Amino acid sequence: MALEGLSLTVAEGEFVALLGGSGSGKSTLLRVVAGFERPDAGRVVLKGRDITADPPPARDVAMMFQSYALFPHMSVRENIAYGLRRAGADARAIAARVAELVALLRLEGLEGRRPAQLSGGQQQRVALARALARRPALVLLDEPLAALDAGLRERTGLELRALQRRTGASFVMVTHDQSEALALADRVALLEGGRIAQVAPPRELYERPATRSVARFLGAANILEAGGPIPLAPATPAPAYALRPERIVLVAEAPPVNGVRAVVEEVAFRGADALLLARPAGGEALRVVLPAGAALPARGAEIALAWEAAALAPLAA
Amino acid sequence: MIRLGAWLALGLLVAAPLAIVLGMGFGSVAPGVPPVRWPIGPEGWQGSLEAWSLLFADGYYLDAFLRSLRLAALTASLCLVIGFGMALGIASARPGRQFGLLALVLLPFWTGFVLRLSAWVGLLRDSGWINTVLLSAGLIEAPLALLYTEGAMLAGMVHGYLPFAVLPLYAALMRRDPALEEAAADLGASPFTVFRTITLPLAAPAAAAAFLLVFIPAAGEVVIPELLGAPDSVLIGRAIWGEFFQTRDWPAAAALASALLAVLLLPVVLYQRLARR
Repeated sequence: MALEGLSLTVAEGEFVALLGGSGSGKSTLLRVVAGFERPDAGRVVLKGRDITADPPPARDVAMMFQSYALFPHMSVRENIAYGLRRAGADARAIAARVAELVALLRLEGLEGRRPAQLSGGQQQRVALARALARRPALVLLDEPLAALDAGLRERTGLELRALQRRTGASFVMVTHDQSEALALADRVALLEGGRIAQVAPPRELYERPATRSVARFLGAANILEAGGPIPLAPATPAPAYALRPERIVLVAEAPPVNGVRAVVEEVAFRGADALLLARPAGGEALRVVLPAGAALPARGAEIALAWEAAALAPLAA
Repeated sequence: MIRLGAWLALGLLVAAPLAIVLGMGFGSVAPGVPPVRWPIGPEGWQGSLEAWSLLFADGYYLDAFLRSLRLAALTASLCLVIGFGMALGIASARPGRQFGLLALVLLPFWTGFVLRLSAWVGLLRDSGWINTVLLSAGLIEAPLALLYTEGAMLAGMVHGYLPFAVLPLYAALMRRDPALEEAAADLGASPFTVFRTITLPLAAPAAAAAFLLVFIPAAGEVVIPELLGAPDSVLIGRAIWGEFFQTRDWPAAAALASALLAVLLLPVVLYQRLARR
């Protein structure tokens, strides 16, 4: 996957998520930073030094692979110590650092095991310990949570975040899971076709998507065209607007602007909330999220919807 | 049905011939077809350990054994080193090119075995290509004795057995996870260190298999030493052949063959022990 005209700066101690679908270039970007792929043009700069021409071993960057890539013929201890030994540290310093990481990642008692004898969560922590061992300035994580069970993913994500704060290293994580990116990162870079579509803190990205495609990728937002079938009165004029489904409310009578009458096509109760698909006359169905306690309209019922002007997030393109 | 067929094939093609050879080793020479008096006859046990005692009677057979094992080990080691390089090269080539390179490794099998050995004879004999070129270039005054030497035999052995080493190594190296080598490089390992600490240890089982696949048939090889090797250094394969077809002492030949089989079983058992760990 090619990258094009892409520029991204990561601050010291910052946690940045590269979010995108398959083929968006997010993994290629990670591999370029790690040194596994040479860009045709452009530069990679780490702490003010141009490292574009440096091979991977010469870079103060450590990568955690999606498959973890633990060395199957080595114990947990040997895996963690691998980078330290390559750096020529003496045996006592290596043992001390390994013990420190084993404690940090709760791997006590597993030091002598082979990777095949570990659970998925333990393997993930060993991979992380191995990446952190040499205290790299930048840690790259390729889908660090993708191989874990759903139940383990949330907790492990939060642990990852806490660990990043403790070590003070910069983390760049690749993920295709938007909730993961929004929950963990200080800033999220959304990649699309090898370009960065938007970089912003999670909340801003979610509430103020820059373009239609960003809004569409973040999913669930309704995209309303200016001059479409629904009369709009936005705070700022723009060619189109994103309207989050939870910002739409049920009202008794639809207002002349920023509101519409619609027919309920589908009702889905989801536990914490409920999702409605409601189709206004001559328009695309709107996604509406109602709080759990709300009375739900029946399928086929005609309802009135309304939203505030501020809820319309302007889209540039 | 399939299982029954497998047992039947194993019994008829492996166990029965093996039992006949083992039994023959305890028989004695007698005129007839085959020229053997079987160890168990109408009057019960009539066998002897004569053939087996021959093994240790003088140094002749023991020397042949040791010479064969040494040649097999040397051949297998050379095939392993050369084959590892070739296999790694093929496995690292672009996927579209790997098939062609593998075909080149197997290409010699398309020509006859004896034909390939004759090519070595043509290259190495006194009036062969190498001596002709060296003589006409004025580099030597008399033809070098290349044929019928240890070196010629070893060259023929390595040439003949190399594909058996390349194929298992290629299969293992092609399946290796590139992420492991990338991870090692990412952690600061130079390309040589990546090879030494990751690629090589992970290919060790395949390397052991490749070594055995060459070592075992090479230990009993008859034709290559016969055509290229020195005539005075008898190998065990040649000794067995001689007992069967020249002295027609089948019990002695059977005892030698059984002993060779027993010796070659050792590394196989060892390999399986290691592989199970």
